[in-house]
Amino acid sequence: MILIVDMNCRKDSLGYDEFVLPIASVTKDFEETVVKHYSDVSYEGANDCSRIVLSGTALKDEGYLGNIADFEWIRQSDKPILGICAGMQTIGLVFGSSLEKCLEIGMTSIRTTKENSLFSSTFKAYELHKYSIKPSMEFDVLAESENCIQAIKHRERDIFGVLFHPEVRNKRTIEHFMLLPRH
Amino acid sequence: MRLAVLFSGGKDSTLALQKAMEKEEVVCLITLISKNKASYMFHTPNIDITELQAESIGLPLIQKSTEGRKEVELDDLKSAIERAKETNRIDGVVTGAIESVYQAERIQRICNTLDLWCFNPLWKRDQQELLEEIVRNDFKVIISGVFAYPLDESWLGKEIDRKLVGQLVRLSKTYGISPSGEGGEIETTVLDAPFFKRKIEVLDYEVEAKGNSGVFIIKKGRLVKK
Repeated sequence: MILIVDMNCRKDSLGYDEFVLPIASVTKDFEETVVKHYSDVSYEGANDCSRIVLSGTALKDEGYLGNIADFEWIRQSDKPILGICAGMQTIGLVFGSSLEKCLEIGMTSIRTTKENSLFSSTFKAYELHKYSIKPSMEFDVLAESENCIQAIKHRERDIFGVLFHPEVRNKRTIEHFMLLPRH
Repeated sequence: MRLAVLFSGGKDSTLALQKAMEKEEVVCLITLISKNKASYMFHTPNIDITELQAESIGLPLIQKSTEGRKEVELDDLKSAIERAKETNRIDGVVTGAIESVYQAERIQRICNTLDLWCFNPLWKRDQQELLEEIVRNDFKVIISGVFAYPLDESWLGKEIDRKLVGQLVRLSKTYGISPSGEGGEIETTVLDAPFFKRKIEVLDYEVEAKGNSGVFIIKKGRLVKK
């Protein structure tokens, strides 16, 4: 069972339709998919799942940034985790990274800087964010755009973050995540 | 949250409106009336019907005409949204975008400039599922424009029901058209929906068609009891 963490500022928001359902439409072809709002996710609940995806949010939704303590379970979980946009920012912050202002909206060219399991080469992807991250030492940078860091991976664990929205034009990134070995 | 819905009177923006009304407070509709039939953003054949639709729904309608020149039309959209922000104190905007990154990113930029929320509740939805949802939700929707082979005049004015959804899905598999017309293959007009207080009766219409392109223009309509 895969867990999608709804990162929108409240449960069952309009952002759920836009940022959670498109991810679920990809993951459900691989595995049963459950969705929980971030305020309802605990270490036990997360670790009952085989892998976890953290969704993005509306551009103006920064509620998750005020609740980073709710994501402490990410540190403890040993499951593969993929954070998308707000999800990547959150993963970064949990492990001591900092935010950097970087506004990108729309299709953007992204260059892979380190070989990885999710994507390769240079590709275009849909962006919708005001911040990227300045990663802590625990992360490798996997990709960059002209303006900022676009993807990270924890150096020792299968914890990935992508700033772009793969559910829009790069579903294979999510599919590759779904094919990572189970822990 | 007080929201405005970008409203063309077709099935997608009407379904987006329904979803927005279920979760937030919709306080007005915004309609761009484009003089350019080939507009990437705003064209739809029966845009004037939005006045009757808004009256039936009971929401104020902010209309703005635009020459429909590529990119310049976005300034007109921005000024209409600004007007909604001033007069209706909106916090955000809702669109019926499904697949079009072109539309979505431009509206996102306008909303960001105006410090407004932007929601696309139909984003990336399966198009067959959307058509089925429209039928299931008791929308009365007619096809008011066809713009791709093998569609023709015979489709104009037809109501989208289960049978028609099946036909559109079969055509999409054979000819690669989008079943819900997301690629501009078909345009639709909503005559009734559960949240319409009265339904639209078409009193007079005109069909203009040539080959695989045509429109069903409602020349006169009125609101009648449901």
